[in-house]
Amino acid sequence: MYMEFLVALFQDPNARWVITGCLLLGLSSGVLGCFALFRKYSLMGDAVAHAALPGICIAFMLYGSKSIGIFMLGATIAGLIGALCIGQISAYSKIKPDTSMAIILTGFFGVGIVLLTKISQSGKSSQSGLDAFLFGKAASLVGSDVEVISVVAFLLLAITLALFKELKLLCFDPQFGRGIGLPMGALNTLLMLMIVLAVVIGLQAVGVVLMAAMLIIPAVAARYWTEQLNGMVILSGVFGGLSGVLGTVLSAITPNLPTGPVIVLAATFIFLLSLFFAPERGLLAKAIRHLKLRQKIISENLLQSLYDLSEKDFLQDQSWKQGYTLDQLHQLRPDHKSTMLRYLQRLEAAGWVSSKGANWALTERGLQEAYSVTLNQRLYEMLLIYQARYGTLNLQEESRKVQDFVPETTLNELQGLLLDHQRKPQLTPFLEIRFDHPYQDHYNEAPTKGGDL
Amino acid sequence: MQPAVTVENMTIAYHKKPVLREVSFQAPAGKLIGIVGPNGAGKSTLIKGTLGLVPLASGSVEIYGKPYLTQRKLVGYVPQRESVDWDFPTHALDVVMMGRYGHVGMFKWLRSSDKEMAMSCLEKVGMADYAHRQISQLSGGQQQRVFLARALAQDAKVYFMDEPFVGVDAATEKAIIALLNELKSQGKTVLVVHHDLQTVKEYFDWVLLINLRKIAFGPTEEVFTYDNLQKTYGGRLHVLNDMGPALLQG
Repeated sequence: MYMEFLVALFQDPNARWVITGCLLLGLSSGVLGCFALFRKYSLMGDAVAHAALPGICIAFMLYGSKSIGIFMLGATIAGLIGALCIGQISAYSKIKPDTSMAIILTGFFGVGIVLLTKISQSGKSSQSGLDAFLFGKAASLVGSDVEVISVVAFLLLAITLALFKELKLLCFDPQFGRGIGLPMGALNTLLMLMIVLAVVIGLQAVGVVLMAAMLIIPAVAARYWTEQLNGMVILSGVFGGLSGVLGTVLSAITPNLPTGPVIVLAATFIFLLSLFFAPERGLLAKAIRHLKLRQKIISENLLQSLYDLSEKDFLQDQSWKQGYTLDQLHQLRPDHKSTMLRYLQRLEAAGWVSSKGANWALTERGLQEAYSVTLNQRLYEMLLIYQARYGTLNLQEESRKVQDFVPETTLNELQGLLLDHQRKPQLTPFLEIRFDHPYQDHYNEAPTKGGDL
Repeated sequence: MQPAVTVENMTIAYHKKPVLREVSFQAPAGKLIGIVGPNGAGKSTLIKGTLGLVPLASGSVEIYGKPYLTQRKLVGYVPQRESVDWDFPTHALDVVMMGRYGHVGMFKWLRSSDKEMAMSCLEKVGMADYAHRQISQLSGGQQQRVFLARALAQDAKVYFMDEPFVGVDAATEKAIIALLNELKSQGKTVLVVHHDLQTVKEYFDWVLLINLRKIAFGPTEEVFTYDNLQKTYGGRLHVLNDMGPALLQG
């Protein structure tokens, strides 16, 4: 039944207009939302949207009938006055920007509601369609409305495309931009104006109360999927457009459901999907990474503890092969004993440790792996001790092998430091070359790769 | 020879309170010049005023004898590393290409020659391998190198650098110094805000000592004296009394 309805919906020319309009306004607010996000203008968008309401009402009272052009003019002027007031209040008083935004948002909105009530008491509101501006009514869009929305949306997209690199610089490093002579102040004003326009063309379909969401949510959602500004801007536009279409269709097939909340809910749904399932930044990916890292750390800790104990006994009387109890391992690097036991069994299954009664010992292959883990760990210690010389390490690189991310010369220096600090792993997998050879040879011949867990 | 930078009678005030008073100096071309003074002495403000990033209450700036505004393309700038949000979605090469924006002009896209040049600038600071690395994933020293590469991409004759040595590792510090010397050998002028007194003699040919006003300006060996440092730091640097002489020898 829904399918038939959908088909009918898309065949209806008026419905097509409405859907096109919502697609375009979602697209443009999504694109501009990215810049608003980095300029920290998200709340500003909300204030502007609310501040636009009295402008729409006054425009109606002056003009006397419904006209999208007049409405938009009123909304734009009122929105700009609101934005200007926010800036001036912060500049000429000790009131902080967030407070002045709250004052303007609520103050202008209050005036808007009073005017709206006055208009409805005069009995013209149903004909004016002004009620739609509160929570949005996409169905009230007619062909001429969509034409205006389209023109403005395309204009906004064209300007964004033409000034993409300047807008990028404005968001990343405006001071540098000023330094190289780009008119950052003018660009910022232009961006503000574009944000106001993107908000204004959405007011009829989404409503003043929720329009800011279309600026914020698609941009934040897009940030989860990409590490490039151009990718983010495109994706944010797609998310915005998708939300617009989805919300319009869903509200059309449900009687008496205003469009605005549904569009915003659709955007929120996309945001939640992004929050949880985005490949790098998403919570699920983060949780999996965390779990894998924990698994790796527990296994490596066990291998290292076995290595440390074996090394000590080997240096004393070469008796390291009898193995060590869980308690001994626990003393060295404590974790839950049941967890440690479970991982020891895993290591045994992988062929890296063997058990004799209550004793656990490294196998030949396990020794190779434990040697490589221990060497890496001790090289890493040296890097941390001599941080001033080698620079601060990026924590994201912590889980990688030291050999992979320091240059050859540094590696050689680190090996020397290991010797100086008597931290060179003494129990090599090749016992025949253990003491009498210089360290360098040991290192080159030591295996660096074991099987993966 | 024509001075690279001429600052005349520069006064800068924030909220009516002067933070820099009547500073004048003529920076000769082809020198590494350290701008030295205590915290809050107006070192960064001096650079920002020179570059027109903060309004001048009075005074003028000339680059190679012409007003700064007409000579912008001759000037490169390395801001403090903390001045930007490094979580911005972009990679190292992209940041370096921003150094070309001034040359390319508004509304125009970068050419492939700009990209190649940006890449070679990354190479010069030893960061070619990190060209497509996310900037948030770079260490502090690497981020500083990216900023330097961006300034190199500006292909300027005069460079202003705001505390490029803060929070970087020894290897990066060495690399920066090597780069400064290379710029100098190409006849370029570099003005560096610096606050590590111990390395001033080693790094810079000339020194500008300031503390809200100019204390002294000239070749390091003439100007970087115990008396001048006392005047610059006043009672604020007690350490100076103990280690001052040793410092000045180094």
